[in-house]
Amino acid sequence: MEVALMQRRLEDYTKSLFMEGLLDAQFLQLQQLQDDSNPEFVREVVSLFFEDSQKLLNDLTSALDQQIVDFRKVDSYVHQLKGSSSSIGAQRVKNTCIVFRTFCEEQNAEGCVRCLQQVKQEYYLVKTRLETLYRLEQQVVAAGGSIPAVEFNSF
Amino acid sequence: MMESCNCIEPQWPADELLMKYQYISDFFIALAYFSIPLELIYFVKKSAVFPYRWVLVQFGAFIVLCGATHLINLWTFSMHSRTVEVVMTSAKVLTAAVSCVTALMLVHIIPDLLSVKTRELFLKNKAAELDREMGLIRTQEETGRHVRMLTHEIRSTLDRHTILKTTLVELGRTLALEECALWMPTRTGLELQLSYTLHQQNPVGYTVPIHLPVINQVFSSNRAVKISPNSPVARIRPLAGKYMPGEVVAVRVPLLHLSNFQINDWPELSTKRYALMVLMLPSDSARQWHVHELELVEVVADQVAVALSHAAILEESMRARDLLMEQNVALDLARREAETAIRARNDFLAVMNHEMRTPMHAIIALSSLLQETELTPEQRLMVETIMKSSNLLATLINDVLDLSRLEDGSLQLDDETFNLHALFREVLNLIKPVASVKKLHLTLNLAPDLPEVAVGDEKRLMQIILNIVGNAVKFSKGGTISITSFVAKAEYLRDAKTPEFFPVPSDTHFYLRVQVKDSGSGISPQDLPKLFTKFAQNQARLAARSSSGSGLGLAICKRFVNLMDGYIWIESEGLGKGCTATFIVKLGIPEQLKESKFLVLPKVPGNHVHANLAGLKVLVMDDNSVSRAVTKGLLLHLGCDVTTVSSSSECLHAVSEEQKVVFMDICLPGMDGYEVAVQIRERFAKRHERPLIVALTGHVDKMTKENCMRVGMDGVILKPVSLDKMRTVLSDLLKHRVSFEAI
Repeated sequence: MEVALMQRRLEDYTKSLFMEGLLDAQFLQLQQLQDDSNPEFVREVVSLFFEDSQKLLNDLTSALDQQIVDFRKVDSYVHQLKGSSSSIGAQRVKNTCIVFRTFCEEQNAEGCVRCLQQVKQEYYLVKTRLETLYRLEQQVVAAGGSIPAVEFNSF
Repeated sequence: MMESCNCIEPQWPADELLMKYQYISDFFIALAYFSIPLELIYFVKKSAVFPYRWVLVQFGAFIVLCGATHLINLWTFSMHSRTVEVVMTSAKVLTAAVSCVTALMLVHIIPDLLSVKTRELFLKNKAAELDREMGLIRTQEETGRHVRMLTHEIRSTLDRHTILKTTLVELGRTLALEECALWMPTRTGLELQLSYTLHQQNPVGYTVPIHLPVINQVFSSNRAVKISPNSPVARIRPLAGKYMPGEVVAVRVPLLHLSNFQINDWPELSTKRYALMVLMLPSDSARQWHVHELELVEVVADQVAVALSHAAILEESMRARDLLMEQNVALDLARREAETAIRARNDFLAVMNHEMRTPMHAIIALSSLLQETELTPEQRLMVETIMKSSNLLATLINDVLDLSRLEDGSLQLDDETFNLHALFREVLNLIKPVASVKKLHLTLNLAPDLPEVAVGDEKRLMQIILNIVGNAVKFSKGGTISITSFVAKAEYLRDAKTPEFFPVPSDTHFYLRVQVKDSGSGISPQDLPKLFTKFAQNQARLAARSSSGSGLGLAICKRFVNLMDGYIWIESEGLGKGCTATFIVKLGIPEQLKESKFLVLPKVPGNHVHANLAGLKVLVMDDNSVSRAVTKGLLLHLGCDVTTVSSSSECLHAVSEEQKVVFMDICLPGMDGYEVAVQIRERFAKRHERPLIVALTGHVDKMTKENCMRVGMDGVILKPVSLDKMRTVLSDLLKHRVSFEAI
């Protein structure tokens, strides 16, 4: 019975991530790609995303710290981040990146700094939540259950 | 023994009767003396205003003591004791004291009392004056009220006659006039005409000349002026009765016009026309014109002026509106007539089109058939002439019909893909025979970057070129005719000769520029502007031509060129110096899609898409690790054999014949996915060896899609890609070798 409860908890948690707009349908696609031949696909992609984004955020921070900001470089970093986040389905991060890019085009340093803060916030939020998700999944698997597939139209 | 009594003996011996009278008198005096103060006190108490009460007290005391003295006197007539004498003395002393004091006091008081009287008089005068002023104010207020009422009456209507009539009536009523009349200036301005009177219903058109001294006097001042009752303006009715006619007053009424209202100018200074208002008091009263009545009249005159000007403005605006309505009606009628005319013409043309062409066709067809038969040389000549003439006629009919359709705007250009180079060659072929007969040398120069294929109206473009080249041939007797054609670049387009023409090339269109130069008879500068006018013929060219044209050719060309968003112009250095005709038209660039439509791959066995994709060798180029991993995962899931690279150099290294599909991310700045695509295309010359190239991009617009098509890519996909989408794309690619999403 515990398994069922844990599964239920996992399902609710996953749903909440979608409801809050942290993740979008792309994440579901990734989950669909996970099969027996590729059991840790999602985990791998997510870890790649974390690595990549952490590096990009550090680069962005140092780039915006400069006296004279090289907006082209900043824009290219943000572009990368936008690409990664949209590939993984991190919707809010992606949306913030879109706004970030407009500030880069306007060469508005203040706006960029603000956006960077916001991106960091969104990123850390989604990171924490994904890590919790992973932990819950591990719990379910350890208890002998299987991870329920989430249908997009179930909410 | 005689006791010494303290009695005092009176000096005189007592006389009984006299003493009795004295006794009685003293008694009455005392009585009076006692009652007077009482009365005084009583009345003073009654009146609160008397200021000198203490004086009265003194006075009272004095009187009382006098009375007491007289009373005590009563006892002194007979023998009286010493006490009585003492009392008497003390009373007398007191009385003396008080009366002296009082007398002294009165010296001060009496002047004061007198002055009270003067003050009272002064106040009375003041009161009388205030009363008078009150009366004055009241009269003024009355006047004001009358004026307001009058103004209200006058201004409550915008009809001129009502205004004037009301003015006269109200004035007559307010001031109780016998007669009130208004004289208006005539059109000529030289006379005043009696327009309105109070009592006469229809005043006779009585006029007086305007330059009478009395009138001038009134007109020169803005006050109401008293005039003599015998002046011509005041003698409206025959003098009735033996009484003295009442006083007459006249005032000017300025006739204000709209143009008189200058900002810094007051109307009195700028207006020249006045009307005259004459007011007559009743003749049997002794009334005189009071100042306030005159003021009232002046105010009313001004108000009337304003009301009249308002009425005039209103009349004018109503007149203008009526005029506009009439014009509207007329315009509407004209428009409808024009529409009817156009419809009639169109109907006519439609009918004539058919009716004229049918016999023409018959003639042409039969004459060409006739040419095929056995004919004698003379007959052949005749038939050829018939053919030529009827061809000419057919062309003429077509031209006329085309032109009218062009003018209507009902002509629609065709929009098809055609071969541009072939078009020029055909023109050349058509013109060569005629040119060689006239010993003209034709050259055709096509620019290397001229597209082979273009989108537009082939027939009409040919018509334009033919017409221009035909003209060049027609009006040259020898020499060279050169036709050059190239793609107009932006710098070219900003020609000084074409100031109003600002074409903008884009990715879907290009501008074709064609120049036809001849060394023929040329055109004189004054004729240049008329060239494109319908039916206008050029005199020199008239003389030079051997066959007559309708004069419509260039006009039609110009219309077609304009329809194609272009510009046409002719330059010539003068008669005998040849001329250059140039035109620019907009043509479309055909989509490359059409090319690949023609390739058909052998049918792939099996309908199940999965089977096709199994083992398919795919190359993925993406520098973003996350999206690379995702794309790889997608393709792996579909069963493909995936190789991933993260830069363009790696991609070029890794690409080989084995790869069937290359997915490349093109939206990353600094990495030219297009460049890679071009290089891959170059490397694999043979189409079937070349891997299919698909672009992955995060944002799609028409530009991106067109750019991809231009470099020769076979597909574009919008990231992020879903499993189903990838599956569909791959199967599309393998089936059709192309996959462009509807963007």
